[in-house]
Amino acid sequence: MLATGTFHMGTLHAEVEANTVCTSSRPSPPMLSAPPLIEARAIVKRFGALLANDHVDLSVAECEVHALLGENGAGKSTLVKILYGLLQPTEGTLLWQGAPFSLHNPAEARQRGIGMVFQHFSLFDALTVAENVALALNGDEPVTRVAARLAEVSRAYGLPLEPGREVWRLSVGERQRIEIVRCLMQDPRLLILDEPTSVLTPQECEGLFATLERVKAEGCSVLYISHKLEEVRHICERATILRHGKVVGSCDPRQESAASLAEMMVGSKVAPARHDRLVMAGEVRLAVGGLSLRSPDPHGTSLRDIGFEVRAGEVFGIAGVAGNGQDELFAALSGEMLAETAGTIRIDGVATGQLGINARRLMGGAFVPEERLGHATAPSFRLSDNALASGHATNGFVRRGMIDRAATRAWVDRIVKAFDVRKGPRDPEAKALSGGNLQKFIVGREILRNPRLLIVSQPTWGVDAGAASLIRQALIDLSRSGAAVLVISQDLDELFEIADRMAVIFHGRISAPLDTEGLRREAVGLLMGGGGFSANIVDQAA
Amino acid sequence: MTMFEAILLTIITASTPLLIGAIGQLVCERSGVLNLGMEGMMIMGAACGFAAAILSGNSYVGVLAAILAGMAMSLIFAVLTLGLAANQVASGLALSIFGLGLSGVIGAPFVGAKRDQMAKLYLPGLTDIPVIGKALFGQDPFVYASFALVIGVWWFLARSKPGLVLRACGENHASAHALGYPVLKIRLLAILFGGGCAGLAGAYLSLVYTPFWSPGMTAGRGWIALAIVVFASWRPWRVLAGAYLFGGITILQLHAQGAGVKVPSQFMAALPYLVTILALVIIMRRRGGQKTAPASLGTPFVPDR
Ligand SMILES: Nc1ncnc2c1ncn2[C@@H]1O[C@H](COP(=O)(O)OP(=O)(O)O)[C@@H](O)[C@H]1O
Ligand SMILES: [Mg+2]
Repeated sequence: MLATGTFHMGTLHAEVEANTVCTSSRPSPPMLSAPPLIEARAIVKRFGALLANDHVDLSVAECEVHALLGENGAGKSTLVKILYGLLQPTEGTLLWQGAPFSLHNPAEARQRGIGMVFQHFSLFDALTVAENVALALNGDEPVTRVAARLAEVSRAYGLPLEPGREVWRLSVGERQRIEIVRCLMQDPRLLILDEPTSVLTPQECEGLFATLERVKAEGCSVLYISHKLEEVRHICERATILRHGKVVGSCDPRQESAASLAEMMVGSKVAPARHDRLVMAGEVRLAVGGLSLRSPDPHGTSLRDIGFEVRAGEVFGIAGVAGNGQDELFAALSGEMLAETAGTIRIDGVATGQLGINARRLMGGAFVPEERLGHATAPSFRLSDNALASGHATNGFVRRGMIDRAATRAWVDRIVKAFDVRKGPRDPEAKALSGGNLQKFIVGREILRNPRLLIVSQPTWGVDAGAASLIRQALIDLSRSGAAVLVISQDLDELFEIADRMAVIFHGRISAPLDTEGLRREAVGLLMGGGGFSANIVDQAA
Repeated sequence: MTMFEAILLTIITASTPLLIGAIGQLVCERSGVLNLGMEGMMIMGAACGFAAAILSGNSYVGVLAAILAGMAMSLIFAVLTLGLAANQVASGLALSIFGLGLSGVIGAPFVGAKRDQMAKLYLPGLTDIPVIGKALFGQDPFVYASFALVIGVWWFLARSKPGLVLRACGENHASAHALGYPVLKIRLLAILFGGGCAGLAGAYLSLVYTPFWSPGMTAGRGWIALAIVVFASWRPWRVLAGAYLFGGITILQLHAQGAGVKVPSQFMAALPYLVTILALVIIMRRRGGQKTAPASLGTPFVPDR
């Protein structure tokens, strides 16, 4: 149950402490209990029948770093979009330094000094950095002047950016820098960051935290959304926790443990995956060697001389920041893209590099791509048709060219039961399921076939904690039953939880495999940023 | 007048309506809207422009009526695609068919009517310069307007903040919306601009090029203008080059046929299209397959509230 003893229910008003902690360059009002910089009272936001925010109270004091916590779908993004003027609340009031105000659009929010770094970036790939920045500034400042000012600000904050480069050429970390710098250029009083670190390497995260420290010291408040609880404990002074659109508590995260915060978010204890030590790995199931592949996407990453082995009985992780060749690697392993020579990918010793996905499935392979809707499933197909789509070659769903509906339905029922997929009707369309439930269905669809080799990309991306824990456990259990499991994931915590060994992919190259046991995160983080990578490649060559 | 001079002048005449139509469509597409109703808007401009000019006895009234007719047509498209988020391709095709039909009805009373071509510029001295005088200083107002449009559009898109915002809407409408820009309003204005240009191009056909009205007289020029935008990879200066390349080859092959070149006339008539496709392929290859179209082109946008 909830450990509510240490939490204050509702909202804390006017934190006096903020004035003493803050070394503001702006003079603080001489009042003892200054009103909070921004306050939201009883905010309600409905999307049709859905109540995304249900009488939410939130206040952020001057110079405070305030965390907004909650599972996926808790309503965090909705709330901050209201604070940025992008959505209009159905009910409720906003106060700025104690005085009611309203925001009709983001330009008004920027006018007040509210800046926002979006969860999914709000950048324009084909435009230059300077143009992207100019678009987020009010007023008619010409792009050339913006570029000059941008260079200045980015130098002052140690966030290097080239104004003339097009965004699609930049790494994810650099893209986020644009979003931050363009907020800083308008002298913000409140900086809102929506899950800023979910796409960064650990080193890039450290850089971000240093920037936030500095911004705070200059008198700016920060509203920080994340579900990485360790970092919240590290940088935030106060936290408000949302669940199903309601505030369920508020606390000082520095006084809490990550486990107690997680419990508040989810509403029940979250069990870490049960993990028996790997007793002994079996024979090599998947052997990749000398795999190079040109990406057909001009913005993609080509694979260069990839080599690793996955053994029966183990979970092998591939870590890396998004866009370093994960998509291409998955496509090559699944057969969606064919390798140039068959021998570069072997399943059970058989050269499969030039076989299609069905041939690989018939050899015991199973594949779960990253994108749930549109790749793993056809959104407007029923679950049974989606089961057929991946199992038509292996599951005996087709008899003399005819679909055996009873068999596909029964198969769906089995998956639903085994993986606790929650849904309304017996056989709904894929898009009607929530993200977590659809992911359970997709992973279940493959695991229940008892594959000898499972390759899965981002198994729990954007999935709520309960479903994530179930999926991770299922992956471990599958490996312990003798299958080889390859997990490509950008979530380092996930890999540390479930992988026996892992390698890092960077710019289409792969590092030597590392044993998870005794492995330090910093070492992996360094590789994810490309540090020590050339040395690694030299090692492999030697 | 020398042969060369005559060819030069006819090339300008053939290229101008393509240029005007294409530059308007370019602005529309840079905002993320694909309006395939070009042909319908253009021919409505031709019919209404000619009718108004006959009725009022003033060609400039005709030009104004043509622009308004093109804008009215594009407004229908805007209501469908922006207001109702209907499919842009289907709506555009419907608009083309609708325009061809309606223009026939509007133009019916005016079939056979004739008007003098609009007056051309004459600057004593300058216009009399041999070879280039007439081409540079002896054109009708449309030609100068078409060049002014290219320069204006280029400046607007490349240099002005509203132009940057318009491009941003075409690149990523979700991001533009997140930054607080009124995506639908901007697209509406871009569609209207495209419609006005299409109407103007149509007026050129019925008031200068022929100058009379006959049903279906645009003869696919709207579609060519659309192709030129793609060929120009959505850049104003390349639209100029594309329109003149197409117009130039159209005229040259006519002259070649007249001179009795021993090539089947069907092949010659197909030449402008072939050259355009070829140029398109070469440009695409040179850029290594890099995408040049506005990323949100053709995708409807529905803001959440
Ligand atoms: N524009 C919208 N229309 C309908 N439902 C929405 C919209 N935006 C968000 N939602 C729903 O509101 C809920 C809260 O979403 P969100 O605020 O994005 O959650 P969080 O950021 O905490 O993960 C979710 O169930 C989501 O599906
Ligand atoms: Mg969110």
